Amino acid sequence: MSNPPDIVTGDAEAPAFGAPQAPPLAPVDEARRRTHELWLSGTESPGDMGRFTSEGAQEMLAEEAPAILAEQMGRLVGDDYTAGFAPSSGDTQIINMGPQHPATHGVLRLHLELDGETIRRAKPIIGYLHTGMEKTAEALTYVQGATNVTRMDYMSPFFNELCYSLAVERLAGIQVPPRAQAIRVLMTELNRVASHLLWIATQGLDVGALSMMLYGWRERELFLAFFEKTTGLRMNHDYIRPGGVAADLPDGWEDDIAGILAKVPAGIADYAALLDDNPIFKERTVGVGVITADECRAFGVTGPILRAAGVAWDLRRAFPYSGIEQYRFDIPVGSGGDVYDRYRVRMEEMRQSLRLVEQVAAAMPSGDYRSDDLKVTPPPRARLDQSMEALIHHFKLFTEGFRVPPGEVYQAVESPRGELGMYLVSRGGAKPWRLHVRGPSFASVHSADPVLGDVDR
Amino acid sequence: MAATPQGFLTTTLQKAVNWARTRSMWPATFGLACCAIEMMATGAAHNDLARFGMEVFRASPRQADLMIVAGRVSQKMAPVLRQVYDQMPDPKWVISMGACASTGGMFNNYALVQGVDQVVPVDIYVPGCPPGPQSLMHGILTLHEKIRSGEIVR
Amino acid sequence: MTGAAFDAGTPAGAVLAALAERFAAAQFADSRGDPVVRVAPADLVPLATAARETGLTTFIDLCAVDYLSRPEGRFEVVVHLLSMEARLRLRILVAVPGDDPRVPSLTGVFPGANFYEREAYDLFGIRFDGHPDLTRLLLPDDWEGHPLRKDHPVGSVPVQFRALEEEP
Repeated sequence: MSNPPDIVTGDAEAPAFGAPQAPPLAPVDEARRRTHELWLSGTESPGDMGRFTSEGAQEMLAEEAPAILAEQMGRLVGDDYTAGFAPSSGDTQIINMGPQHPATHGVLRLHLELDGETIRRAKPIIGYLHTGMEKTAEALTYVQGATNVTRMDYMSPFFNELCYSLAVERLAGIQVPPRAQAIRVLMTELNRVASHLLWIATQGLDVGALSMMLYGWRERELFLAFFEKTTGLRMNHDYIRPGGVAADLPDGWEDDIAGILAKVPAGIADYAALLDDNPIFKERTVGVGVITADECRAFGVTGPILRAAGVAWDLRRAFPYSGIEQYRFDIPVGSGGDVYDRYRVRMEEMRQSLRLVEQVAAAMPSGDYRSDDLKVTPPPRARLDQSMEALIHHFKLFTEGFRVPPGEVYQAVESPRGELGMYLVSRGGAKPWRLHVRGPSFASVHSADPVLGDVDR
Repeated sequence: MAATPQGFLTTTLQKAVNWARTRSMWPATFGLACCAIEMMATGAAHNDLARFGMEVFRASPRQADLMIVAGRVSQKMAPVLRQVYDQMPDPKWVISMGACASTGGMFNNYALVQGVDQVVPVDIYVPGCPPGPQSLMHGILTLHEKIRSGEIVR
Repeated sequence: MTGAAFDAGTPAGAVLAALAERFAAAQFADSRGDPVVRVAPADLVPLATAARETGLTTFIDLCAVDYLSRPEGRFEVVVHLLSMEARLRLRILVAVPGDDPRVPSLTGVFPGANFYEREAYDLFGIRFDGHPDLTRLLLPDDWEGHPLRKDHPVGSVPVQFRALEEEP
């Protein structure tokens, strides 16, 4: 167990030219998985299937079940779940982990080659949550687009909305007023803390600190209550839209923020006291899951993982957006690239985000909460009763949407998981021609192959 | 349960069994997407599922009674969902949590199963995107009521 | 990024100038302030290698776009690279014909391209020559079709209102 390194904060510079390159990985020769039909055991007899509810909801009838299931089950994996992933030597064993597994946190499937308790190779298999969002985005107008995109990274929905809105605004040349920008920074930084609280809760749960699960959710409720007060929803808000935000901050928001700032730092200090020097936690995280800075670059891994590997790269500092450059905050950087460093980096990021929230709340400008460009912004709802033009304007915006001139743009924001980017192509219509979302976790999952090579319990 | 002769003892026994089944109904972890976050929030301290004996989300379906399908089920995941359901021992119940599990939600496209009742029989549908912890708990308690009243027979 | 990216005095401009010098056949342009370079498929790997050597060491993204009918070619493969030191993002565009779309794979230059190319193959049907394991990534292995192509329907299911159906 090595000495855990210190966290460096402050305006660390990005590294200079001439850093050594990561060598390309040897190609892995995997055969395709076999698939065959699974013998269905345990299908219920008609009497046990459950009755129709009075609401007339769709119920799966026993007679229909075999046909539908046969179609679904034709795509099932074979009984040998890890076919095609052969052990490299006689001492190792192959284990299939997931997609339903308490520790994968979502539907990730891993083929693991284990040598005792060390993972020699890991092959991630994804696609179990493929939702077709990019195809759906082509069918939704720019006004509706945020509802779709916000559900992609569900732990930090404001960031998805912000990235989408910034991309559309850049392509369409829409100016966002300062108050809207400040509200966006406020909500996204609060979301960052909420997301990191969820992370520390689940990390604690995985590592064995079960009480962290309850502590993390306790603080999160404060944030979710504020989100619900401001946006109407606890999650998946559709609040940050092209042109600004959907509604102004509610009355009394300063008191709510003050309440959060009074309670949460003490909670974070408690968790740090619980885990920072905890020998069990450190034994399970120090030296585990090391990823170097070069591997990060080769795979496109950004965010806290890259910062824990020693690179002071934060998009809020490098390519600032939404007026964030006027606030002061530090970037925590680790040096070991292991799980413990990532833990320390994220804890410090929470403190820095709260610092940002305090500054934004203190300096919140007055003014409009969305652009006054009438092509983008609907009229105030009160006017719909008074003016026919306002009604028509509202109708056209919410049915047809607004048109964006042809072009393409790539916009990235610093989400809690790294660089979240959106590549938006417009061909002049009211709906995107192509929206490609560059999710930060896609790169992290992909790089799990070299990362897990020396996981040691 | 169809052919047992009904008498005082069997009815009381049946009521006792129904009561017991609702008192510690262990859910299986089947959190997929955003609804899983709200399901975890329901199990956390603020909205406590432990008062119903349900805070232990079993990782193994062999030990679970209730499968809360929390999130969107993709075409690739549907056979896995069915397999986990098949691995649960009787009696078992299914709650379809959220719009995506109930009907496919806002994602009416090629990638998602349009409602998990295409794959598993569902007892309770909880609407919302995502349903808040109160909604999910209302759904769970409705299921308990349906079991106790005998409306759902297993 | 503004037009200052092309000013050879800045680090970003220096990188772009070095690349433009080595690849005279490539078309460098500016798209809403982002530097963009369009190359032929055969030049993709040399350009990416040169980009990595001149400082664009971070692989950000690889995706594809279906333009349906376009003189250059139906599909476009879009690669995003990043140089942290030079604060430079570069977008590489490769036009790919619609019948038998093939592009050389970037996995030899950037290992991170592996999953992205599999995704583009899965959703668009573009083959990446030299990829170690070009199989479907997001959709089930035996899925037919490439959903993100523009001639593939969204796949929506008509909503059924059973309460209105007549009893048989």
